[in-house]
Amino acid sequence: MRIAISDDALAIACGADKLAEAFAKAAPDAEIVRTSSWGMQWLEPLVDIDGMGFGPATPGDVAAILDGSSDKAIGKIEDHPFIAKQQRLTFARAGKTQPLSLEDYSETGGWAGLKKAHEIGPEATIEMVTESGLRGRGGAGFPAGIKWKTVAGAIADQKYIVCNADEGDSGTFADRMLMEGDPYCLIEGMAIAGHAVGATKGYIYLRSEYPHAVAKMDAAIKASAHLVSPFELEVRVGAGAYVCGEETSLLNSLEGKRGEVRAKPPLPALEGLFGKPTVVNNVLTLAAVPYVLAEGAKAYADYGMGRSRGTMPVQLAGNIKHGGLYEIAFGITLGELVEEIGGGTDSGRPVKAVQVGGPLGAYFPPSMFHLPFDYEAFTEADGLIGHGGIVVFDDTADMLNQAHFAMEFCAVESCGKCTPCRIGAVRGQETLERIRAGGRGAGAFEALPQMHNAKSAERSLEDEVVLLTDLCETMKFGSLCALGGFTPYPVMSALTHWPEDFGIRETEAAE
Amino acid sequence: MTTATTTNTQRENPRLDEIIAAHQGREAPLMPILNDVQAEFGCVSEDTKRHIAEALNLTRAEVHGMVSFYHDYHETKATLPILKLCRAEACQSRGSEALAAKAEAMANGRAEIESVYCLGLCSVGPNAMIGGSVHARLDEPALEALIREL
Ligand SMILES: Cc1cc2nc3c(=O)[nH]c(=O)nc-3n(C[C@H](O)[C@H](O)[C@H](O)COP(=O)(O)O)c2cc1C
Ligand code: SF4
Ligand code: FES
Repeated sequence: MRIAISDDALAIACGADKLAEAFAKAAPDAEIVRTSSWGMQWLEPLVDIDGMGFGPATPGDVAAILDGSSDKAIGKIEDHPFIAKQQRLTFARAGKTQPLSLEDYSETGGWAGLKKAHEIGPEATIEMVTESGLRGRGGAGFPAGIKWKTVAGAIADQKYIVCNADEGDSGTFADRMLMEGDPYCLIEGMAIAGHAVGATKGYIYLRSEYPHAVAKMDAAIKASAHLVSPFELEVRVGAGAYVCGEETSLLNSLEGKRGEVRAKPPLPALEGLFGKPTVVNNVLTLAAVPYVLAEGAKAYADYGMGRSRGTMPVQLAGNIKHGGLYEIAFGITLGELVEEIGGGTDSGRPVKAVQVGGPLGAYFPPSMFHLPFDYEAFTEADGLIGHGGIVVFDDTADMLNQAHFAMEFCAVESCGKCTPCRIGAVRGQETLERIRAGGRGAGAFEALPQMHNAKSAERSLEDEVVLLTDLCETMKFGSLCALGGFTPYPVMSALTHWPEDFGIRETEAAE
Repeated sequence: MTTATTTNTQRENPRLDEIIAAHQGREAPLMPILNDVQAEFGCVSEDTKRHIAEALNLTRAEVHGMVSFYHDYHETKATLPILKLCRAEACQSRGSEALAAKAEAMANGRAEIESVYCLGLCSVGPNAMIGGSVHARLDEPALEALIREL
């Protein structure tokens, strides 16, 4: 009997370690292994006994699970609709292998991509990545092949591969799951990138909130060093700054400096880490590469729609019944993801809003659930898919509060380099507070006779809304990076779709 | 001055020199050093900043700039164990704000409640982190039990 329980941080946070101990005690003859997570997070800790699943399990369920009488049985895991309908390319091993087992990794097709890259050489490797249509999964969606080509073409004594594992967006955890569950896949992807552009050194910039991922990556780098040499890898741990996920801020942080955003140009591809040509890619971008090399560019590009090729590991989060990791070709609609796969809210109340793409992403109402998961479609709808996180809110959410939080978060995390973000986010909070109060009376200062140009009358709710809209325009177009530049998305989408939460009556909003 | 005594003990602590030595040969050693110092001493004191600056041939301002920029670094050591409660959107949607409103009173001198923005466990919140351990599906009794165990 093989009893598999995940050692993913989420499973552990839900009690997986205690559960594994209880099984070890109750079934001393069984082989107990710790695997990656299947990604059915509402069922964690999930017990996998020779392919059959039980969850969410507690130590109290152990006896019943072993004697076959447990009501936590979910049947064959691979046949569960949540798993069976996915198209897992990047997460093909999820739930199945032991994260640090080199044996498991090579038995499941590991290192085939790197081998192929060595066979065909750097130029053909970059060609394949370009043809696959793979775009950056960190948020901006920039074509990976083009970035690699720029770095490959630069002449320098040293080049770097930097993996962006800062995953600060609320509602996202795919990077974490990949690093904890299949660390060699990321290592292989980075080694392929190194080979393709001529870089011998790689850094993984990993956020400090992910200690389990740090431990796994460290161990995996050590265990696989001989397989990727002369390429060398190192983990660098962040120190709790959201803005360090922005690539130039990340590079400053890696250099041991304050995480201030750099102006572009120069592009990091030409002058990146320590001024050297640098590939900066998200975890998921790099982890998609071994599949592309092993199975071919076409195999990957056959998935998807329009200019969004391949699959996206979508993360279903927040107040959702079936939360977890859902890897699927681009093109699936938001409604299918939230209602059909996610099963609606966990609270059982109606869905009010979903935020897609982290704290800088827009809030969408159910009336927009027809939107297909696609970079361009979301941009057109004044939003972004970002890193693929979807956070569901039920009808108890107050969208003015959410807008206020977006401004507050921006103010707390701003690197301080440019004015629209540093000051705008603070003024945005104040304006939203006045909107909550329904406007404000005439200010004593503005009423002074010498203040000729200031408005001395009281400011109405409408005046404040105009001010907020204007401020958002300024932030959007005047900010150096997307922290200040995209904070208007959650704010303006909340205002546009839920004006009643801002005290605006329907008719006024329609005008 | 009390700060002088605490910083002196920290400076005389051979661990500080060991930490610096362990990273000094690496590219850009400052951040790994600060991470280790924060983890080991619970803060990066003024004297430590100067000591690190000297060892790495940096100015005190460069080191201080790092300490003040990153949320993880603290100038003074917390006297109580720290519980970090996630307050980001996905946890908000699952009730973290109502929990946070009660957390201070629950902690009542036993723990310091800090906010953290996302632990990557966003479908099973509200979540919290204590040191390197993570805790999910928190409600009032569960949070109370966590604090009691601190
Ligand atoms: C405020 C801010 C935070 C970001 N956070 C992340 C992050 O956590 N992870 C990430 O991969 N990209 C993040 N990005 C995007 C990066 O700047 C960059 O586009 C990305 O790392 C490039 O890799 P990719 O092309 O593989 O997506 C962030 C951008 C901004 C403006
Ligand atoms: S927008 Fe904000 S975070 Fe980005 S560079 Fe400007 S101040 Fe820094
Ligand atoms: S939002 Fe709380 S863990 Fe992600």
